[in-house]
Amino acid sequence: MELLWQQVAAGFASGAIYACIALALVMIYQAIGHVNFAQGEMAMFSTFLAWQLMQWGFSYWIAFIGAVGISFAAGIVIDRLIFKPVRAGPVLTQIIMFVGLLTVINSVAGFIWDFTSKPFPSPFGANPLFGSWLISTHQAVMIAVTFMLLLYGFFRYTRVGLAMQSAAENPASAKLVGIRVEWMIALGWGMAASIGAVAGLLIAPIVFLEPNMMLGILLYGFAAAVLGGLSSPGGAVFGGFAVGIIENLSGIFIPVVGAEMKLTIALLIIISVLVIKPTGLFSVNQAERV
Amino acid sequence: MTGIEDTASRFRELPFSRGKSRVDRDRLLRIATATGLLGVAVALPFALHTFFIFQTTMVLIYAIAIIGLNLLTGFNGQLSLGHAAFYAIGAYTAAILMEKFGVSYVWALPAAAVICFVFGFLFGLPALRLEGVYLALATFALSVATPQILKLSIFENWTGGVQGLVIVKPDAPAGLPLTSDQWLYFFTLAVTAAMYALAKNLIRTRTGRALMAIRDNPLAARSMGINNAIYKAVTFGVSGLYTGIAGALGAIVVQFVAPDSFTIYMSVALLVGLVVGGVGWLPGAFFGGAFILLVPNVAEQFSKGLSGATYGLMLILLMLVMPGGFGGFLRLISMAPKPSSATTKAP
Repeated sequence: MELLWQQVAAGFASGAIYACIALALVMIYQAIGHVNFAQGEMAMFSTFLAWQLMQWGFSYWIAFIGAVGISFAAGIVIDRLIFKPVRAGPVLTQIIMFVGLLTVINSVAGFIWDFTSKPFPSPFGANPLFGSWLISTHQAVMIAVTFMLLLYGFFRYTRVGLAMQSAAENPASAKLVGIRVEWMIALGWGMAASIGAVAGLLIAPIVFLEPNMMLGILLYGFAAAVLGGLSSPGGAVFGGFAVGIIENLSGIFIPVVGAEMKLTIALLIIISVLVIKPTGLFSVNQAERV
Repeated sequence: MTGIEDTASRFRELPFSRGKSRVDRDRLLRIATATGLLGVAVALPFALHTFFIFQTTMVLIYAIAIIGLNLLTGFNGQLSLGHAAFYAIGAYTAAILMEKFGVSYVWALPAAAVICFVFGFLFGLPALRLEGVYLALATFALSVATPQILKLSIFENWTGGVQGLVIVKPDAPAGLPLTSDQWLYFFTLAVTAAMYALAKNLIRTRTGRALMAIRDNPLAARSMGINNAIYKAVTFGVSGLYTGIAGALGAIVVQFVAPDSFTIYMSVALLVGLVVGGVGWLPGAFFGGAFILLVPNVAEQFSKGLSGATYGLMLILLMLVMPGGFGGFLRLISMAPKPSSATTKAP
């Protein structure tokens, strides 16, 4: 029984990171109605930036803030440069753009920083609470929940947040009431890049820093976002914790192959949620006009 | 060119205004081109070095896989980022049948085709409920999870786990004065030609038009009496079948299968091949196949990360500048204003 609770707690810790990635995915989905396949690679690149800043002798927190800030700007640049020209294009075009971006960022990171893995420091000291987990459950949960509350408040109560939502829901009408739709979308990209950067910085001490580190994490982020509903920040956080716990429990309760099937479990979660309830647990159904 | 002339020249191109002789000439030209290309393809292995024969064989194999992806994405409008999984299933089916059960490579191919069709059809069933982004997401997840599934320890007896399987290279049938590389090339060429012809015919028929109608307007297609669900699922199966055959051929030619060759980046490479050749244009598969084989060869000489960067940049630039890929480029050239109005259109 003790093992069970230990695994649940560990699930919360990893779930918090999945929740952060899922939140970033939800941000982009809110802004442009697409799933950002390059989210993981963007987070990886931000983490490398922080690492580079630390190599240059800056302290952890300055590097942290620097990486998050640069990511914000980079997110806006990516949107203006790559996605604005194809905004009106078919879905296929946009997804191909995301895939292209994923490949480019991955290769460029490998090009600059090499494909060998590097150790990454943790802000919370090196005293693990649960085995190899360097960040404690309590702190991880606090981070994810704070993020969720901030985002919820942002979308629900601030002018900019509301403007972003309306820009995504109905661009034409939003434009008519004076919202600068294009800038709202760019802002969404910037915020997603920043949140992704935080997630990357949190996960890096655990998985080690290397260009392919985010691929598996991204899959869990997808599973979390899909489970909670792609348009609901609260759902994304719930989904993140749920996926983290499922992952850890299946590792001990599924005989023989449990520990080897982690990515497969994410795949199963994604497909079964999409088939049974495609909108996720916390999103409202949206009627489509034909 | 003024507007009226433009309209007039386009009018002349409409089929009903064409003289019979012109149609015949087009047809003759096309047959001549096809025969010529086939002639070159047959002569090629006698002129090339062994390594280049191997590479040309790989181009053909990738072309088959890209044709499969094109049927699904280009003609039916369902995007897949998971075709490396079908390629892997085809490769492993062939490898296991040949190495563990002693089946001949000639029979491993249809077996891989059937298994991949069934798998594609089954994956296509839940995919019916998914559109656009969600389908991309599900297939992306499939592709990311594939190497891990192949490494599972319970299957290790058959799959060889992380190490993979080594296949013995088949020799040319007795009596033929060919090296095994040359023989495999001809074998692949024959399969490619057959698969291409089948795809071409599929697109031309009622079924093909139904596929394209579903892509262009699912609702209108349904109201015309097309059973969207069955068509989409079967297309997924057929697409899987093509890619599976490519995978099986690939395994035989490379003589080796291992889980880590079938990552998400292989799915990306196939997508690059599709986009470079031209989405919705079948012959584009050969240009795409050549592209995804040659670019890594050239790029890796400079730096390890470079081929991925080239792939990605190519995707982004093509989408921005020339969404039609190579096929679109050819069409653009053939549509450029010329002194004579008789312009040939890309098929």
